[in-house]
Amino acid sequence: MKHDFEGTPLSKEDIKSLIEKGLEGSVVDILDPRDDGVHLQAIIKYKGFKDKSLIEQHRMVYKALGESFNKEQIHALSIVTKSE
Amino acid sequence: MDEATKHKIESMIKSEKVFLFMKGTPEYPECGFSMRVVQILKSLNVKFGSFNILEDETMRQSIKEYANWPTIPQLYIDGKFIGGCDITAAMYDSGELQKLLN
Repeated sequence: MKHDFEGTPLSKEDIKSLIEKGLEGSVVDILDPRDDGVHLQAIIKYKGFKDKSLIEQHRMVYKALGESFNKEQIHALSIVTKSE
Repeated sequence: MDEATKHKIESMIKSEKVFLFMKGTPEYPECGFSMRVVQILKSLNVKFGSFNILEDETMRQSIKEYANWPTIPQLYIDGKFIGGCDITAAMYDSGELQKLLN
């Protein structure tokens, strides 16, 4: 993975792997609805989301992605969370 | 974040019932996610305050720390952090957002 380098964009595979590693047992699909490799959407199924608020669920995903946003390695990621 | 910046953020989010930190302005949003939140608020005829974080790098970093949220836009209602674009859109679709605004 290339995410150690500031500003280097993460690939769909990198993003998927970071989330699945951070949220053990989650199933992650990364979509590229505009087919531009930049405006991505993550669909995350994870039992650990149950009984958590949307804010908490998104914070869990952000935590798994670490510094990727601050380092601008992810330009645009829409997040959809599902507990089942 | 220093006290002055924290105070500035707090007075902004209390300045209006609805306040949006965004990229660009409501008239000219400079990011699709910011645009979507503006569209939702406008469709509900909601008056809201906003701040363009592209014009202030200190604020851009500080609001992330303040909300413990790494992305922009960030929506506040009654001084409380609501979420970003995805959450605002989900709450709009479910009708929860409309309830908070009434």
